Formats: sequence, structure tokens, C-alpha cells
Amino acid sequence: MDNLYFLTRFDYTLIIVSIGAALLGTVSGALGTYAVLRRQSLLGDAISHAALPGIAIAFLLTGSKTPLILVLGAAVAGWLGTLIILSIVRLTRIKYDSALGLVLSTFFGFGLVLLTFIQRSGNANQAGLDDFIFGQAATILKRDVLTIGILGGVALIIMVIFWKELKLLIFDEGFAASIGLPTRSLDILLTSLLVIAIVLGLQAVGAVLMSAMLVAPAVAARQWTDRLNLMVTLAACFGAFAGVSGTIISSSATGIPTGPTIILCATVAVGFSIAFAPNRGLLWNSIKQRRNRRNLKIATNKFVGATAAENQIKENDTRTS
Amino acid sequence: MQAPDVKAIEVTDLTVAYRETPVLWDIDLDVPPGVLLAIVGPNGAGKTTLIKAILGLVRPAAGNVLIYNKPYALQRKIVGYVPQRGSVDWDFPTNVLDVVMMGRYGALGWIRRPGKQDREMAMHALEKVGMEKYTTRQISQLSGGQQQRVFLARALVQDATIYLMDEPFQGVDATTERAIISLLQELRENGKTVVVVHHDLQTVTDYFDWVTLLNIRRIASGPVDETFTSDNLRETYGGRIAFMKNR
Repeated sequence: MDNLYFLTRFDYTLIIVSIGAALLGTVSGALGTYAVLRRQSLLGDAISHAALPGIAIAFLLTGSKTPLILVLGAAVAGWLGTLIILSIVRLTRIKYDSALGLVLSTFFGFGLVLLTFIQRSGNANQAGLDDFIFGQAATILKRDVLTIGILGGVALIIMVIFWKELKLLIFDEGFAASIGLPTRSLDILLTSLLVIAIVLGLQAVGAVLMSAMLVAPAVAARQWTDRLNLMVTLAACFGAFAGVSGTIISSSATGIPTGPTIILCATVAVGFSIAFAPNRGLLWNSIKQRRNRRNLKIATNKFVGATAAENQIKENDTRTS
Repeated sequence: MQAPDVKAIEVTDLTVAYRETPVLWDIDLDVPPGVLLAIVGPNGAGKTTLIKAILGLVRPAAGNVLIYNKPYALQRKIVGYVPQRGSVDWDFPTNVLDVVMMGRYGALGWIRRPGKQDREMAMHALEKVGMEKYTTRQISQLSGGQQQRVFLARALVQDATIYLMDEPFQGVDATTERAIISLLQELRENGKTVVVVHHDLQTVTDYFDWVTLLNIRRIASGPVDETFTSDNLRETYGGRIAFMKNR
């Protein structure tokens, strides 16, 4: 009961942290839908890992831990990583997955080196920077919530404004280009939105696991609907659910890391959806299959019975004539 | 009647290469308005690439494409496009009507959403291809022939003058194929120019009035009865065309 005591007293910090987690879950869930439908789930992974050195460099240059500055550094690094991946694919014969792996590990390794260097440098202000690896939602302050709310809100508004263009880009890029949509620019726009969603979540969820926040809500949402607008909305809800529940669980006891807990909550949503969703769910499928088999059996029996009866009638006819 | 020198599509000296390998080499092609043209050639002949180059989807290494004497970028609104059915993910979360409505996006421009009139056009196009009963059907539940007809309907709502179609008969049954070809012939009767990447040599003379034989280079192009000769076919397909001799 001790653990649940905090729930009854509406802890101010917890409320702030939950709001922040809900916001970032909403943003990453909605935008992650596009990454999943575009089969770019792993791009999110590369971006989030690539963002780590950006945070370190932003801190080294400014000596400040202001969220906006760190987020900016993360965004620039994440963007640079994406750019390098795309250039590698375009200019060399290295395939997309190898380019992803290459950039992801190189940037992340570089980020770890920089963070270790900062820790050893004895800068008193550096404490908490390594939270960006695994995430620490408890460090979310009111100003962070404001940053997440404003930047995330802008990203979502842009998504809504270019709704039909982005939809066509993902569904049929060739047709989109043929009617004159600037597919390159739209692609850049979409990637930028992903970068925003990712860097906003880094503080709470961490670089290692952030991509799951893009992928898991979208995968869960896809199970329940066949419409894009519903899928985006549902993914946003699943993201918010995972963010809030993960934060509450992890703050209910010391020593439970927030990021992994949030991801586990998202995974629960995925597991539930894959198992129980109508039409696409496993349970529904097996019921449907069994029912089909039974109906088929009944139909065959009827058919066999009917033909037997028919033959009997024919036989009688020939006899009478 | 249009003046004889008007060309719906005019391709000059077009060369396209992926890395060092040329896919299309020095193509010259004039398509007069109001013809139903088949682009025919073996696998890897560059048929799809030619369509894409006309649409500006691949950047040519050299050469020029004009649609009614103007570059494609200025003529987008009079060109309709049917991509290969297999080029998209049919598990995308959307329904038939929504896909057809995408054909209106070009006319709508940025940000504006499709309205009642666009919906009516889409419904009309779906009736034309015999898919009006499937408007709310999730696209992953369509058969190959139905997918193809949805793509056709999407091109119809573009309300174009020139249609470029990449293998619209691929994987459709005989009934659908007949329905599609009568639709294309109807388009031609209405003065539209229809260019079709085609695979089945047996049906070229029945379906089309104009043909382009392609194998990296343009082998021949013109009216079917003059151009679709065994000599030209042999040149296009190399020695692999022996089965056509008995035609």
C-alpha cells in the first residue's frame, strides 16, 4: 500500500511528469504511424541513437542543460545521421540496412565517448546527462513539458496541414510525383517531423529505446482499424497510455527506470492488440478459420446429400419415361 | 480535326541510364493525339522506364520530352498515370473510394481537402470500371483485377487528355481484361491518347491501333498494321520469337 500512497495525494511532480510523458507519447505515436507505414521503423532507431552525440556536443559548447538547447543539438545530430544514411545509399553500393547499422553504431559510440569525457571532466553541471541513454522521466520539469507541448504541437499541426500530401507520398510515391508533388521535400518534411518526435522523447525514454515509442503504438493501432486517420489517432492514444502508465509505474518505486517501463507498457498494448483485435487479431483469425472449416463441412455434406437426392429423382424420371 | 503535325507526346534523343548501364538509348518517339498505343518489348527493354521518363519520374541522362509542345511540368493536369499494381503496398489502411479520390489531389492543389464534387467524380469513375459496390472496401481485400480497376478509376478522375498506363492487364482475368480494353477504346473514341505498356503479343493487333517496339532502343513505332511485322518483332525480341511465326 505504501507504494500506492502517492496516487492519492496528487503529487505535483508526478502530474507534471505524466503530462510530459502523455504529450510525447501522443506525438511519437501519431508520427510513428507514418514511419511504420513507410517501412522506415528502423530509421527512427538510427535517428535516436545518432542524436546522442548531439546532446553531448550541445552541452560541451554551451555548458547549459536547458532542454531547448539539448533538444536542438539532438535534432541537428539526428538529422545529420539521416542525411549520411541517405547519402551512403545514394552514392555507394551499400544497402539501406547496412547504412542504418553503420551510422547508428558510429554515432551512438561517439556519443558514449563524449558523455564519458564530460563525466571525467569534473564539470559539476553535467549530472543527469547520461539519463539521455536510458531516459529518466522524473527529471521532466514544467519547462520541459512546455517544450514538448509546443514543439510536438507544431509537428502535429504540420502533419494535419499536409495530411493528404503525406498520405499519398506514403501510399504511392510515383503517382504523387506524377501529379507534381515535390516528393523529395515532403520526404524531408516527414523525416524532420520524425526527428522532432524522437528528440522530444529522448529525455524521458532515452536514445536506446526511443524508436520503440514510434513503432509500438502504430503497430498496435494498425490491428484495430483500416483507416489512416483512425490509425493515427489510436496510435497517439496508445502512445499517451504507454507514457503515462510507464511513468506512474516507474515512479511508484525507486530503481525502476522510466524509459524501459514506458516501452514495456507500449509492448503490452501491442501484445494485446495482436492477440485480441477483431479482423487482424490472432484469436479472431483462429475463430474465423474454425468457423469456415465447419461451414465448409456442412456445405459439403449438404452438397453430397443434394446430389444423392437429385440422382434418385433422375433415376425415377428415367424409369417412368 | 487536329493539324497533322500536332503531337500528343514527343520524345527526342532520350537516354536513361541506371549507373553505367543504359536502360533507354537515344529514343525518338512521336505519339499522335487520339491513338491507343501499346509499348511492347522483352523484359528489361525499358518500357516502364520510358513511361517514367515521360512523366519526369526518372531523370534522363540526355534528351527531351514534350507533351503537346510543352514540358511535362507545365502539362501535368492533362496527363493521367496508372502505375504498376505491384508498386504500392495494398495493406495500406485506406478504402477504395479514398484511393480513387487521390486522383483529384493534383487538381485540388495544396492543403485543400476533396469535397462533394470530387466524391461524385470518384463515384462516377468507379461506376465506369464496375466497382461502385466496393467503395468502402478495404483495399487489402481486393483481388488483383479489382486493384487494377481501382487504379484505372483513379486515373479517370484525373480527367486527363493523355493516359500513361504501366501494365494495366497484369494479373487480371479474361473478363476484366476485356472490360479494361473496352474502357481504353472508349477513351480513344473520346479523343484521348492512351499509352499502354503491354506484354501479350497475341492481343496487340486486336486491342491497339498504334504500337512501339522497344528494346533499349526504339526498334519501330507506328500504326499496328505497318509496324507490327515479324521482321520488327524478331529485331525486338532477338531469336526468341519463333512461336510467333504461325500467326
